[in-house]
Amino acid sequence: MSEFDPGEGPSIVSITDRVKPLALGVAVSSVHFLGDRACFVGAEETIAIATGEGEVTQTPVHGGAILCSVSDGKRLVTGGDDGKLVALDAKGETSTIATDARRRWIDNVALHGDGAVAWSAGKTAFVRSAKGEDKSFEVPSTVGGLAFAPKGLRLAIAHYGGVTLWFPNMAANPEFLEWAGSHLAVTFSPDNRFLVTAMHEPAMHGWRLADNRHMRMSGYPGRVRSMSWSAGGKGLATSGADTVIVWPFASKDGPMGKEPAMLAPLPARVSVVACHPKNDIMAAGYGDGTVLMIRLEDGAEILVRRNGGAAVSALAWNAKGTLLAFGAEDGDAGLLEM
Amino acid sequence: MAEASQKIPVTVLTGYLGAGKTTLLNRILSENHGKKYAVIVNEFGEIGIDNDLIIGADEEVFEMNNGCVCCTVRGDLVRIMDGLMKRKGKFDAIIVETTGLADPAPVAQTFFVDEDVQRNARLDAVVTVADAKWLSDRLKDAPEAKNQIAFADVIVLNKTDLVSKPELAEVEARIRGINPYAKLHRTERCKVALADVLERGAFDLDRILEIEPDFLETGDDHDHDHHDHDHAHHHHDHGHDHGGLKHYHDEDMQSLSLRSDKPLDPTMFMPWLQQLVANEGQKILRSKGILAFAGDDDRYVFQGVHMMLEGDHQRKWKDGERRESRVVFIGRDLPEQAIRDGFEKCITT
Repeated sequence: MSEFDPGEGPSIVSITDRVKPLALGVAVSSVHFLGDRACFVGAEETIAIATGEGEVTQTPVHGGAILCSVSDGKRLVTGGDDGKLVALDAKGETSTIATDARRRWIDNVALHGDGAVAWSAGKTAFVRSAKGEDKSFEVPSTVGGLAFAPKGLRLAIAHYGGVTLWFPNMAANPEFLEWAGSHLAVTFSPDNRFLVTAMHEPAMHGWRLADNRHMRMSGYPGRVRSMSWSAGGKGLATSGADTVIVWPFASKDGPMGKEPAMLAPLPARVSVVACHPKNDIMAAGYGDGTVLMIRLEDGAEILVRRNGGAAVSALAWNAKGTLLAFGAEDGDAGLLEM
Repeated sequence: MAEASQKIPVTVLTGYLGAGKTTLLNRILSENHGKKYAVIVNEFGEIGIDNDLIIGADEEVFEMNNGCVCCTVRGDLVRIMDGLMKRKGKFDAIIVETTGLADPAPVAQTFFVDEDVQRNARLDAVVTVADAKWLSDRLKDAPEAKNQIAFADVIVLNKTDLVSKPELAEVEARIRGINPYAKLHRTERCKVALADVLERGAFDLDRILEIEPDFLETGDDHDHDHHDHDHAHHHHDHGHDHGGLKHYHDEDMQSLSLRSDKPLDPTMFMPWLQQLVANEGQKILRSKGILAFAGDDDRYVFQGVHMMLEGDHQRKWKDGERRESRVVFIGRDLPEQAIRDGFEKCITT
């Protein structure tokens, strides 16, 4: 493999001049689209909402650090170290969904397609159904991640030693998927056949839900902090290496016995990934500030942001796939119209 | 990669139940030092000070998935450090209070093992608060108390007003029998200069200057280096007098000091050390060394916690400085003779 430098390499197509730069002034930890407005979640206190024209307004949501965020395109829900769970709607209005009685940190949040919301504080996972009914469930150790299954009301709760699958509306005992180690982020494949966790160690673990067969996905030099399903759930793109690692999930065996695709190698660690909602392309942000657009089929790259800035910490497409937003740890951000 | 000085220092505060950890913590938080501390506590509500950076933690000890049973980390700490880093700039240092029964090792190891934690924070020192009245008893019946003493860089021997002079000498001798290297401060109600417990840089390779036992008795010209002798007897509560200073050899926890005036062969020493901690890492709580390698003008320093080691060239040996290698292990049931023999083989002839 020959190394290449996106700053000077003449072979790469660059569209950096088409990016609308945004100076947010706050460290960005994630970005989500509500309609066509990019909502940059700050590390602390506020969400910076940017219009397509590049106007930015700051909306206060928490009294301290913002620890987690999720969006379904209609609302953006954040959890904070102030013990609050706050929702921001497309009109830019905020409301407090819940406040932890002991003011514990809200570490994780997940949204269900039908309007249910789940969050966790310590070892307890909470679910509020679309009808407004609250339920809670305690797992043996602190919750590392939450995800709703695409079908039915089923919540995956990642923790030390495995994942608990909880059915809040059923009396049945939760299922437990065991695997040694500390499990953090968790995600269902869009077709509901696979469950994947990013672990504390630099590896991922997966289960085929039909038979609970294990899938070990390892070899990363760093922890996987960002995962994104490609259009139709054919692949799972991940950060954590100096190339984008895309695990194949199209066949019935998922990635079992298969090699992942390794795309867009750079002399920097991939920090965040976001697959396009409709087409087989994705965006990747790197620790050296680079943002690339990558075609999944052949790994062809387009430069969106040059290296040299702070690490890219946030990436998102709007639902139509016409806008790409990125943000960096130093508050530098940009918006690209396709 | 951030420089060590930019990383946020983390002080680990341990001590058996009732020794006075909370008293010390309240002092640190209330004293007018112009610094802001984020505090990770195991029990909410004991701290009488309003501070939005006091975080309650469940001590969750996780085994690393590498098959090594002593490679444990505090899972909750990884998560809390992650969240705290979002508030960088809002505090100057972090204090982690452990429960009275906790083993300090998983806390310390979290700072060796976790990449993200390591990037942002550095372990400053393990500070153990001990109760002068009850520690001697606890050393007999509570292995946790012994661990905390053995692990410490700084020991705050508290409640000295509740014991007589001979009792104090007794408990100090017992502490020294386990860990002669920690800085020891006698206090009442944890009244200790905060500079003596915070910003110690005990895990900072650049600050490993010398490895000598720490004794409070000044003006006593007696040679205190009894922990360097070759005998390997481990009697029960075996105390003997040397010029008025009592010495104890703890039955199962001890320190072992090695030294050589002749340079060491790095091609022998490094594999030996790595093998030693790989095999005996569960027994070795702390290790530290200043090394003079043959053909090397730099001092080499290392330190470790159980199986985890870090080491580096520190600086040039100064003109006239005695090029002496010193290595110290503190641990439980250390195979003393095997360690001494192994070390001897690394000495160039």
